[in-house]
Amino acid sequence: MACRWCSGSSPPFTAAWCPEVAVLPPDMDEAGFAALLGEFRAAVGEEWVWSGTADMFPYRDSFSPVWDTAEERHASAAVAPADVEQVQQIVRIARRFRVPLYPISTGKNFGYGGPSPNVNGSVVLDLKRLNRVLEIDEARHFVLVEPGVSYFDLYRVVQERGLKLMVDCPDPGWGSPVGNSLERGIGYTMPHFRDHFGAHCGMEVVLPDGELMRTGMGALPGAKTWQEYPYGFGPDPAGLFAQGNFGIVTKMGFRLMPLPEYYRTGLITVRRRQDFAKLVEHVNYLSDSGFIGEAVYGSPLAALMGDASFAAVATRPGGPADADMDAAAEAAGLPSWQVDLQFFGPEAVTSAGWQYAKDRILSDIPGAAALDGDHFALPATEDQLLNTTQSYRSGIRRYGALGVPSLGIWRIVRDDGHVGFFPVLPRSGEAVFEMQRVLGDALREFGMNSFFNATSAPLYWHTFAFQMVFAPTVRKNDPSHNATVHRAMKKAVAVAAEHGWGDYRAAPIYQDDVAATYSFNNHAMRRFHEQLKDAIDPDGIIAPGRGGVWPRRFRR
Amino acid sequence: MMRGGAALLLLGLGGWGAAGAQEVLEGGGPASQASYAPASLDHPGRELFERNCAACHGAGPGDDGAPMLPGTAALERKYRGQVPAALELRGGLGAEVIAVFVRGGSGTMPSFRKSELSDAQVHEIAAYLEASAAAHLARD
Repeated sequence: MACRWCSGSSPPFTAAWCPEVAVLPPDMDEAGFAALLGEFRAAVGEEWVWSGTADMFPYRDSFSPVWDTAEERHASAAVAPADVEQVQQIVRIARRFRVPLYPISTGKNFGYGGPSPNVNGSVVLDLKRLNRVLEIDEARHFVLVEPGVSYFDLYRVVQERGLKLMVDCPDPGWGSPVGNSLERGIGYTMPHFRDHFGAHCGMEVVLPDGELMRTGMGALPGAKTWQEYPYGFGPDPAGLFAQGNFGIVTKMGFRLMPLPEYYRTGLITVRRRQDFAKLVEHVNYLSDSGFIGEAVYGSPLAALMGDASFAAVATRPGGPADADMDAAAEAAGLPSWQVDLQFFGPEAVTSAGWQYAKDRILSDIPGAAALDGDHFALPATEDQLLNTTQSYRSGIRRYGALGVPSLGIWRIVRDDGHVGFFPVLPRSGEAVFEMQRVLGDALREFGMNSFFNATSAPLYWHTFAFQMVFAPTVRKNDPSHNATVHRAMKKAVAVAAEHGWGDYRAAPIYQDDVAATYSFNNHAMRRFHEQLKDAIDPDGIIAPGRGGVWPRRFRR
Repeated sequence: MMRGGAALLLLGLGGWGAAGAQEVLEGGGPASQASYAPASLDHPGRELFERNCAACHGAGPGDDGAPMLPGTAALERKYRGQVPAALELRGGLGAEVIAVFVRGGSGTMPSFRKSELSDAQVHEIAAYLEASAAAHLARD
């Protein structure tokens, strides 16, 4: 296997991957690989099977902190079926050859591994060609799509047909509703729509033996409610296919929000650091009562982090004294915290909702203030969408807030991308302050205090929980930087777990670390998943290792 | 992700830029992310560009007050006005150069798979960009 890259040299290239020697599937020689590719080509056509380093380059994780190291995961080939029957054929071929498949939808899961697999040598099952919006219902508010449909595609269908429906989009919008929801991705609108897996309703799955299964009402022949009642009867296996490896989802239904008549924004600010606790409680009430969309928290004091003396206070080991933070806020003439509120519905309802929110919060928190924001009828005009008329500095991403897909968010991506760790925490001020302090101290050695300091705000994306963000950049030509990031990610996962905070989603290179933290009763959940995996997919045909679930064949 | 770091980091950004008016608003996406080419330019690569490239490399304004879309802004930073940052105005790249970036990515731009864009489609996009740039030059 020697070549000009790896002959007699040490890693990065020798252990896992070499630019001139393609990786092979596990337990397979080159003759077997050639035979496998031949069968794939016969099933889907010559032009839809790829192998070799050039064609497989786009299947690498371009945001990988282990880029060009022995830890990077490489697929051996990719195959792109045109329909469900071809997916079944491919699964049966892979089963016969005992070759792991790694399904992707649009392959845009950047920051979480992109299109790269858990196991070296896996064949990527690229579902991009399954790209039909199969059914969309304006009166009953649902859609049924294939995995290759992107949010851009779905939005275009809604626009072209003039449907009064809103699509809750993640950022950026080139991902797939199927893929994003199976990753338990999130969006920006009302709580029960921005939890994308929670908003799914019915799926079709190719199982590891090639059988086709439908969940919920889809299991009942002739049912007309597949996208309206998710459970059907008996145990609902749908959850196994999110961040899992028990099948390949080929169709998925989603609930859609009727396009609201009106959109209204408003900003609440509070003066003191500890006021945040009450502010969060009020917003929890508003959200759980269904009055508001995503609440976007922020600290105006973050603008002071460029000042060394303030930064020293905000990053003080063990956390700052409240009085010091309040004094800094007062000296700068800034409130300590703010929250953008968003209201959807008839104009009068949004007006009443905003008035209620103001009255409720301002009457309870001394010094709290409210600013009326943009408000307008939907659909938004181009100028409204561009978000240039808000009279105050807002954290709202207007495209996302209005369910319009965009790539505009890419402007904040630095270096060569980033990885993400988003620990889940309770919706309380106390919990936010604790995470600021604990993870700020834990990550201090890596010099990455911009993520966890006394001005770091929680993200309110999930319906009933906060998250905070650790998303350090990667640099393809800076192995030392990437190694630091890699160590920081692993430490963040471990330290968070010691405090009861778990990640919600992870790249393949971190999935085992994260899964290991969900360890109640001697890893009872993992052992349960392994039993299931061994029963239906002992050879690991479907994404072995995904979600930390390994079949017997690959368990170490 | 990606959704993640983004929104939070945006909180620290200020200074709303003026949004430029869009000359021609077409395509199935948001108007600001549609093609910038003259409406009369009928080219098979146009839809491919609009659906695969324009959301990042279009000539319209970016989101939330950003003056440019991210890919266009990146090229503006790189070339500092020496060449048009918007690909539809630039011209002279050719299919081989376009293919290098489509298949290999660059910086934060990931590469595109052949299941997303075939080699023939990449050539169509390159041809459209030439035609678009020429149309703009002719109009100027």
